[in-house]
Amino acid sequence: MADLHVKIGDLTLKNPIIPASGVFGYGREYEKYYPLSLLGGIATKGTTGAKRTGNISPRIAETPCGMLNSVGLQNPGIDAFIANELPHLLSCDTVILANIAGATAEECAEVAKKLDSTDVHMIELNISCPNVKQGGAAFGTSCTAAAQVTKAVREATKKPLCVKLSPNVTSITEIAKAVVDAGADAVSLINTLLGMRIDLRTRRPVLHNNMGGLSGAAVFPVAVRMVWQVANAVSVPVIGMGGVMNGEDAAELMMAGASAVEVGTAIVQDPFAPLRIIDGLNQWLDDNGVANAADLTGTVKPW
Amino acid sequence: MIHDQYTEKLSFPVRSMTKLTETIWSMVIECPSVAEQAVPGQFVHLLPEGDFTLRRPISICEIDRQEGALRLVFEVRGKGTAVLAALKPGDTVNMLAPLGHGFTLLSRESRVILVGGGIGTPPMLPLAKHYGENAVMISGFRSEQQVILQADFAETGTETILCTDDGSAGVKGLVTVPLAAAISTKKPDLICACGPMPMLRGVAALAKQNGIPCEVSLEERMGCGIGACLVCACQTVDRNGDTQFLHVCKNGPVFNAEEVVW
Repeated sequence: MADLHVKIGDLTLKNPIIPASGVFGYGREYEKYYPLSLLGGIATKGTTGAKRTGNISPRIAETPCGMLNSVGLQNPGIDAFIANELPHLLSCDTVILANIAGATAEECAEVAKKLDSTDVHMIELNISCPNVKQGGAAFGTSCTAAAQVTKAVREATKKPLCVKLSPNVTSITEIAKAVVDAGADAVSLINTLLGMRIDLRTRRPVLHNNMGGLSGAAVFPVAVRMVWQVANAVSVPVIGMGGVMNGEDAAELMMAGASAVEVGTAIVQDPFAPLRIIDGLNQWLDDNGVANAADLTGTVKPW
Repeated sequence: MIHDQYTEKLSFPVRSMTKLTETIWSMVIECPSVAEQAVPGQFVHLLPEGDFTLRRPISICEIDRQEGALRLVFEVRGKGTAVLAALKPGDTVNMLAPLGHGFTLLSRESRVILVGGGIGTPPMLPLAKHYGENAVMISGFRSEQQVILQADFAETGTETILCTDDGSAGVKGLVTVPLAAAISTKKPDLICACGPMPMLRGVAALAKQNGIPCEVSLEERMGCGIGACLVCACQTVDRNGDTQFLHVCKNGPVFNAEEVVW
């Protein structure tokens, strides 16, 4: 059995596997299946200043080896999260990454400030949601805006701050450098790739929001590439995600430069996916004589 | 390995696969633990083998606790359901079940009208079994070629009324015509319905006009199936008149018709 512990800055995770924001709610649906303490951490559902009802259905569609979604940040708002969900999550003996979003830098800062007085372990600032009209991806696609919102949140909280990056940009390394310069302690990537499908029969887009975020196995090579580029461009830890479906994918993303790995679409398919991926990674490490998972990070030998 | 320790069994043997019409199949799955817990109106979430990312939600058509089996009747609509229809007895299928909220079960003596449209007919069968001759089952299909399960409903002792859009089987016309007649003959304690949205809208409107409680089983494109990913949103209205999105997989698939924003 390899030692699965990894570090993201000063935070220690018992293993590198974290359910990604959006697929795992606030954990309640999954603890009926297994103890959340088995997970390296949990990135909670993206939470905004006020309650959001989300987009009209259909919000999901299958694509070859992947899916498109457009939920539109449905969430009960930060006050309800702190009152009703966070205390329980913090009792689950795992690292909690509170994913936050907002329409403006001020809203993001206000949400972060409210979390600052809680015991949450890390804030994951979402500057890359493709499914809301304001904020979201608008922050994530310009270095200036990304730096501005990061700075506002940085000033509002002393919590470790991870900024979740959009892949829908010309140069993800420039955005990563901008948010690190503005005070991010870590970056996580990739959020979904903006996509669209059309029903030929009805000539309607398959999602009511017309466009949505592409995820799943189909995007994994993009994630590996971007994690590798960003890990080489910044000195802070990188949390990798994007189409990780099994333990070998997790190992590959760590080799590319990730210190920990978030898992999204695989959980939509199989609630037990995080456990299967932890086991698969453990097995791979054992089979390859790697004693510590943390030693895998960034060990790719590029040509 | 922690996975083995905590994973529920998700792989179940297929006992039989029968073709009912050109596009509709009946599958019996051996799953004693699931059959023990399942209630009418719940669904199962099947993952076809191959490069499929999403599971397929399918309503439960029969719950046989003695045989430890579930029967599912489903329509082939695309590649995923075609893979499911190609399963043979002895093959296994990846199933997360039972999921969702079922229909309210009143005492067997209650008078209940069941309405099913097309592939919305199968989830009515467990209710017909429960209420027997105290229920009326009104089924609607496009034409004779699509008619399914009429013998199964007849066997429960339930009074059955068959409608088709083109009159090629049963009476010609929409299910709402015999529904209005059945309501005026004897006001039911509850109406339960599953089928296309226009049909459900009509059924819910008739129930409301006559002051009859009505439960509808809804369909929406679904993700996780357990209420976490929030994709299968259905617009509802609460007691204060505020609209919100609930989720078909967790809050439904069965909703009180008064809750649904039609």
